[in-house]
Amino acid sequence: MKEERFDAIVVGAGPAGNAAAYTMAKNGLSVLQLERGEYPGSKNVQGAILYSDALEKLIPDFREDAPLERHVVEQRMWMMDDASHTGMHYRSHDFNEEKPNRYTIIRAQFDKWFSRRVREAGAIVLCETTVTELIRDTAGRVIGVRTDREGGVVLAGVVVLAEGVNGLVGHRAGLRAELKPGDVALAVKEMHFLPQEVIEQRFGVSGDEGVVIECMGTITRGMTGTAFLYTNRESISVGIGCMVGDPAESGVTPYSLLDAFKAHPSIRPLLAGSEVKEYAAHLIPEGGLRAMPEICGDGWVVAGDAAHLVNSVHREGSNLAMTSGRIAGETVVWLKRRREPCTAANLKEYRRRLEASFVMKDMRKYRDIPGMLHGNRQILDLYPRLMSRAAQIWLRVDGTDKRTKEGQIIGVLRKGRGFLGLLGDAVRLARAWR
Amino acid sequence: MTGKIEEKLFENRYNVDAGRPHVRIRQHDTPSKALLALITVCPAGCYRLDDGGRIEVVPDGCMECGSCRILTAGSGDLEWDYPRGGYGVLFKFG
Repeated sequence: MKEERFDAIVVGAGPAGNAAAYTMAKNGLSVLQLERGEYPGSKNVQGAILYSDALEKLIPDFREDAPLERHVVEQRMWMMDDASHTGMHYRSHDFNEEKPNRYTIIRAQFDKWFSRRVREAGAIVLCETTVTELIRDTAGRVIGVRTDREGGVVLAGVVVLAEGVNGLVGHRAGLRAELKPGDVALAVKEMHFLPQEVIEQRFGVSGDEGVVIECMGTITRGMTGTAFLYTNRESISVGIGCMVGDPAESGVTPYSLLDAFKAHPSIRPLLAGSEVKEYAAHLIPEGGLRAMPEICGDGWVVAGDAAHLVNSVHREGSNLAMTSGRIAGETVVWLKRRREPCTAANLKEYRRRLEASFVMKDMRKYRDIPGMLHGNRQILDLYPRLMSRAAQIWLRVDGTDKRTKEGQIIGVLRKGRGFLGLLGDAVRLARAWR
Repeated sequence: MTGKIEEKLFENRYNVDAGRPHVRIRQHDTPSKALLALITVCPAGCYRLDDGGRIEVVPDGCMECGSCRILTAGSGDLEWDYPRGGYGVLFKFG
């Protein structure tokens, strides 16, 4: 690789990096995107849900050829104890709209498609290239990157770091502190293949309709975490995650947690007879606003997971990644048109624009949730159990009169948490939610 | 129950950079608490106790999540790099 100077270098070809590279290339900037995987997506893991809005703002006609699995018509939230689940389901035919709002996707396929669009927009995408460090000038300004290719120094007006949650480049350059175990979740996931018609029968859907199940409860064995099950066209993505330090305390390995979840009486029938074709693991930045690093400086900006942009309450991340990548790209384009350099002062515009978007508004709204959940694990463990007990008392017809049953339910709650505890949890949750 | 971690990893694709492991453990006689924890935490089961009671790592099945890196950060227990470009795990689905 010759010492060539680009308008921008993008590190990483996930949703954030692709959004940034696409935006800048589409607007005529010279863009080099570097990806360490053999192909874009080969290192990327997600549940995965695609949020149309974030992608539409980049590629309005994406539905024409993007590899989409199923559009989501039904969302289930399950609170689970060892034998039961208490569910809240929302299904609507309104989601069968001309331009559906959410889709399940398979990231390796989707990322390849997105990357093709990035190349068509004019960016140079170089795979199998690991960025090893940032290069600075004597004034400390970031002016390029070093890669693991021979003579692999490349210079640029700005470096967009979209390197993901385990972002070594920015961390080693001192742009951000090391991730704390309490701010990061470790999720494991399997891909279960089943014939299309079996999936449609089991989940009561037809055509491209899909179902999403988000789960919490005793399935995480007292650890802070959640699980999920998403329907793809011919496969089911099933996974579970907890805070990365939790397995060390509990002595439960991530894969045995996943196996126990799959064996749960509510989950097992949904997966019966499936063929597993992949097992994946990935970190999720769940520390919220308080764990966010600096997102811009002299010659650099950060987007997506590397910037800790995940809304853990709503299980959103890829849309925050795409949006932050797009806004980072738009900011660089805007500066280029004004013939202004990407200095720290000028790149503050990225933060201003991000603050004005849903991204930072949602990060701010839920800033107290991660800390609250950490100190109040009963919300994820005790309450699902209490709800199950209450439902079972209520639904079993066993000769007991209903007033006595009401008394038993109140007794379960009082014994399980106590009225002051219940009240305190409600207040803490409401405060953090505000 | 699906059983052992080896069976799960068997379905995955890897391009192992033979002779250049991207995770290395510092020489030790007694493993630190953080190193011991990796036996449980690593989702690929890359860490185990050897006959001498030390922790050893075989990162061939590593999915590059970074959990071990974060849990040992600042201790010097591990040297952790990404594999060279193109090597390591290759997710078919992700």
